[in-house]
Amino acid sequence: MIQATRNYLRFLARCGRIAFVGDWRYYAWMGSLSLVCLLGINAYARQFVQGLVVTGMSDEVSWGVYIANFTFLVGVAAAAVMLVIPVYVYDNAELHDLVIFGELLAVAAILMCLAFVTVDLGRPDRFWHLIPGIGQFNFPASMLSWDVLVLNGYLLLNLHICGYLLYSRYCGRKPARWFYIPFVFVAIVWAVSIHTVTAFLYVGLGGRPFWNSAIVGPRFLASAFTAGPALIILALQIIRRITDYGITDKALLTLRSIVQVSMIINVFLLANEVFKEFYSGNLHVASSKYLFVGLHGHHALVPWIWTAITFNLIALVLLVLPLSRSLRWLNFTCILSIVGIWIEKGMGLVIPGFIPTPLGALIEYSPSLNETLVCLGIWAFGLLCYTVFLRMAVPILQGRLSHSDGQALPAHSTPASRPSAASHL
Amino acid sequence: MKAPATPPQPATPAGQEGMDRRSFLRTSAVVASGMAALAASLAPLRHLTDFPSTEQFLQKYYKEMTPADMARVLKRIEDEVQKQYGLRPHVKDLKPMNGVEFVYALNLTRCIGCRKCVHACVAENNQSRNPEIQYIRVLRMPHGSMDLEKAEQNYQPESVPEKGFFYMPVQCQQCRNPACVKVCPVHATWQEPDGVTVIDYDWCIGCRYCEAACPYWARRFNFAKPSLPADRLNLDMAYLGNRPRKRGVMEKCHFCLQRTRVGRYPACLEVCPVGARKFGNVLDPESEVSYILRTKRVFIQLKEELGTSPRFFYYFDV
Repeated sequence: MIQATRNYLRFLARCGRIAFVGDWRYYAWMGSLSLVCLLGINAYARQFVQGLVVTGMSDEVSWGVYIANFTFLVGVAAAAVMLVIPVYVYDNAELHDLVIFGELLAVAAILMCLAFVTVDLGRPDRFWHLIPGIGQFNFPASMLSWDVLVLNGYLLLNLHICGYLLYSRYCGRKPARWFYIPFVFVAIVWAVSIHTVTAFLYVGLGGRPFWNSAIVGPRFLASAFTAGPALIILALQIIRRITDYGITDKALLTLRSIVQVSMIINVFLLANEVFKEFYSGNLHVASSKYLFVGLHGHHALVPWIWTAITFNLIALVLLVLPLSRSLRWLNFTCILSIVGIWIEKGMGLVIPGFIPTPLGALIEYSPSLNETLVCLGIWAFGLLCYTVFLRMAVPILQGRLSHSDGQALPAHSTPASRPSAASHL
Repeated sequence: MKAPATPPQPATPAGQEGMDRRSFLRTSAVVASGMAALAASLAPLRHLTDFPSTEQFLQKYYKEMTPADMARVLKRIEDEVQKQYGLRPHVKDLKPMNGVEFVYALNLTRCIGCRKCVHACVAENNQSRNPEIQYIRVLRMPHGSMDLEKAEQNYQPESVPEKGFFYMPVQCQQCRNPACVKVCPVHATWQEPDGVTVIDYDWCIGCRYCEAACPYWARRFNFAKPSLPADRLNLDMAYLGNRPRKRGVMEKCHFCLQRTRVGRYPACLEVCPVGARKFGNVLDPESEVSYILRTKRVFIQLKEELGTSPRFFYYFDV
């Protein structure tokens, strides 16, 4: 038992150490991310001192890009499941070793989600009021309390699955199925739940007709399962390029078919929503009008949403054409999908829900510089986390960082620090 | 085999996993500059003036405080106000009265849109003057329509009332089925037995979910530190009522509970020059509001279709 604990601590220490070792490109990348992080911390310190007045938010538009990014990133986290399902439900061997990369992305995305929610709080010092037991947790009435539970639960599930699989590989053991397979299946359902609950945050508000629509939940899932795997396609190619980790084109094309189907559903659901809003022509169409065509001379979001729709439609066409089997076109398509969905989920869903206000006032919103810096800082933090996770996971999966070499072969303990040199051998 | 990218180092174990002198110095330099950069990025925190004290940080939830806890908190709040404004307020923890359920009735035929209620409310309830926070919003509506999307809030005529319009003041509707209470993740806002939905300003975490949920746009958030001149401070205060709020929390109309729970009328009612506002105990069949609800053929609960069931009724003279 003591020996096992000592081994595990040693594993953690070695993982921690390897995160600080790399070639100059690694240092440059991590250094620039840290710099952006610090800019974000600086901006948040200013917000912490002066209050949310330094953002573009107001009583009229009381949530902004923080919650928009949060919503998008919950989707990214949920999308990791689209790698898990083919592997564990349909026994797809091609994706098998890639599941960990998807789950690590989920962990990074959830960490970003938690950061985005925290910076949105007016009184972050009172976060302990949310802790069940010592605070006053309004469960099950408040959808936000559900969100706190499902997000943290999802974080723990993924940490467990990734951590256990990586540690087993590190020790050179075969992972015990009973100790992770049940969690994998729980995580599949849980992934759907995090995004559904996040959709319900909005759907449950009867006073906001723009959100109070049953299709918001399905739309969230469809867009998440488009943008998430698209992001994973890009991430996997970057991993493949800068490390010598073997990722087949076939695996990427499997993900392409997931993005393809999800994008078709996503655009179809969007069309449903647009039809319902505009054809019936009742009074609740004001927010949609504001979003798509502008309302009474206010049209800040119109260019955004049409950019998003254009990107999504181009991506849709490319995805159904065989053209996107070439990786260059596939990457282009993935970028279009991610940007399109980010706009649609962020600016296109959160902001127009507030415009006009329930009393009919038209007050527009645009993020302030300070708010934007905080967002960039959190994105940099997320990328930093993901990079560190990969920095640890890739050598373990390749067997270059393992329990045995830690003792017997110290000379080979850090060859991954020179991945380019290694990959050219 | 592998070509070393750095100059060959002594093949001692220390040179591999341990630290030699040069790399120790380099690591220290990196760590030191990293810490310096972090400290520099945190520099704005030097201007933090309203960081919560330990006592404020650990303050218990309103419903869990013993009378002794409450007495201590009330005294602390009085001290804080005195320190900030130089005046000693009287802060009470007023409980709802038995057998009382407050409702409000507003006569749309009479209201002339003068906004005196808005300002009386601000004066009574110690709202921040900069940034400006108001609980009541008066809507100017075109004759014959109840469509709120046609409402104008920033009307500036030389005199009111204007021809072709009617006026509809909107404030917290004190719903029987409040959306804001349901969504609050920490129970910082709840409905009291006398029908008033209150906020524990010392418990609110400032997530603004209630503000998104409210169909009447009745809630206000303290985006910045609230400020008001000391000579405008209303020293007659209640814990769940008009005591000064802090940055980062919600507030809203609470039917002037520092007045109404001791048998007085709300400030907005007292100031109304045309008697458009009526307030009272709906459980008392002799009250004015009971009479109005019994006898008027038509009255309106705003956005009745949402099922929020407001305790705020709009009616007309026929």
